[in-house]
Amino acid sequence: MAAALFLVPFYLLLRNGLASRAEITAPGWTFFPSTLRWENLSELFSLTDVPFARSLLNSLVVAVLQTLGVLLLSSLAGYGLARIRYRHSRIVFYAVLATLMIPTSVTFVPSFVVVSTLGWLSDLRGLVVPGLFSAFSVFLFRQYFLDFPKELEDAGRVDGLSRWGVFWRIVFPNSKGFFAAIAVITAIGSWNAFLWPLVIAQSPDSWTVQVALSGLLTAQNPQLNLLFLAAAVSILPIVLLFAFLQRYLVRGVTESGLRG
Amino acid sequence: MIRRDARAFWLFVGPFLLGLAVFAYLPIGWSAYLSFFDARNTVTPTEFVGLDNYGHMLTDGPFLASLGTFSVFAAFIVPLTFVLSLALALAVNQLRFARAFFRSVFFLPFACSYVVASLIWKTSLFSGVRYGLANTVLGFFGADPVAWTGTVDPPLYWIVLVTARLWLQLGFYMILFIAALQRIPEQLYEAAWLDGAKPGWQVFRHITLPQLRATAVAVLLLNLINAYQAFDEFYNIMGDARGYPPFARPPLVYLYYTSLGSGGQDLGRGSAGAVILALIIALVTLLQGRVLRFGRPA
Repeated sequence: MAAALFLVPFYLLLRNGLASRAEITAPGWTFFPSTLRWENLSELFSLTDVPFARSLLNSLVVAVLQTLGVLLLSSLAGYGLARIRYRHSRIVFYAVLATLMIPTSVTFVPSFVVVSTLGWLSDLRGLVVPGLFSAFSVFLFRQYFLDFPKELEDAGRVDGLSRWGVFWRIVFPNSKGFFAAIAVITAIGSWNAFLWPLVIAQSPDSWTVQVALSGLLTAQNPQLNLLFLAAAVSILPIVLLFAFLQRYLVRGVTESGLRG
Repeated sequence: MIRRDARAFWLFVGPFLLGLAVFAYLPIGWSAYLSFFDARNTVTPTEFVGLDNYGHMLTDGPFLASLGTFSVFAAFIVPLTFVLSLALALAVNQLRFARAFFRSVFFLPFACSYVVASLIWKTSLFSGVRYGLANTVLGFFGADPVAWTGTVDPPLYWIVLVTARLWLQLGFYMILFIAALQRIPEQLYEAAWLDGAKPGWQVFRHITLPQLRATAVAVLLLNLINAYQAFDEFYNIMGDARGYPPFARPPLVYLYYTSLGSGGQDLGRGSAGAVILALIIALVTLLQGRVLRFGRPA
């Protein structure tokens, strides 16, 4: 019963996305449109005021770059904080933790100031770079590496590997599941992000898919059927990612919730 | 050896810290600085105004009203999410078959963005016209269509905003509770059974609930922080081409319109608001630390 209720919104996405405009606003409720209008799809991609294909591409580029960047930067930092003995490492750790306390959205005004000073408004750099430095994933990686079996690393050291070598030849290949979990979480967060892209992507060419959807939604007389189809298309990549990597995702969520 | 460790440390942690400095510390410092200046339509401060921006924010009705909006939202969403996600977790965990299927169904909305949910809620489920799903259902019972997001009296827009967020986030918190439930050692239940505890409420009250304490606290905190950061669904459900109504503005929406919205691009006041919010968060965090950590040892 509750499960059916949870699926209703997905049904509405498809029902409305493949209906004609008139059929959505018709007074009598029909469970399925009389004909499935697949031509809505080509209409959606030929809209002139909202460059939908371009926004999908932008989101894809941002999500991929951000995911790779977060994995690289956070895993290295997390490993350094967990494993390398250094007298200031505790201070550095608290400095990272402190930024976790301040919700990212409280900092959107000052971050906007910095990004606009750098001249990165409506620019891929402005969308991608500030999101690369996620204190949360550093924290998760640190907790994970604290539990990593030390014996494996010691074996590598005995074989003459440097710290850098140990990380890439031993730690990374043995941690792929955890990297996958962080990757899925980051990719979903990046794809679904709204406030930051709304602030930074001011020209339509730089819109991400969420900003484009919002633009369609808040427009005068939105074309409802195309809007629903756009939303359905926008969740497709995430649903696929979800289907293939759900076990990593569940694991990542579990670990982040436990320790976050 | 020590020196080599230091070099390795900065090699691993340095790039991240550099970014954090530029994109976290610098903006926060800049914001604090900017909050003492007049900075309208510009990111460079023009005139030093002391505490004027703060005074304006704290006496200005809309900012305080936005804090009120957040409080109402939190008062609904935090307990509802807590109880419902725990109930879902208990239900799904007891299933003998199709457990993975039901877990997936409840978790699937987590893949949706707030923008997509806003679209469905605003223009289909709770559309104010006759063809909206909620109004269609009301129509079956002979009731007139209701303007879900358009009226203040009664404030039905809360139903729209709260249910949208529940749909999106219940599955996430359910997963956290399921994970915690599965970590409870089976012996505890056996011991309770031997001691004559009745299955059901008694076992739940004395075994399950205490074992869930750490997760329950995490769920409450994450939930509160997320409610405080609410923006996406408020902006998309309440706003349209004609603008955003004066009611139902949580702090972030208000700050967005103050600092970046069309018309009054007032970054000085926006910054002052951001600083005030940061202070509130810091205060709440400290209080939580006191209440949760020192009050009752876990």
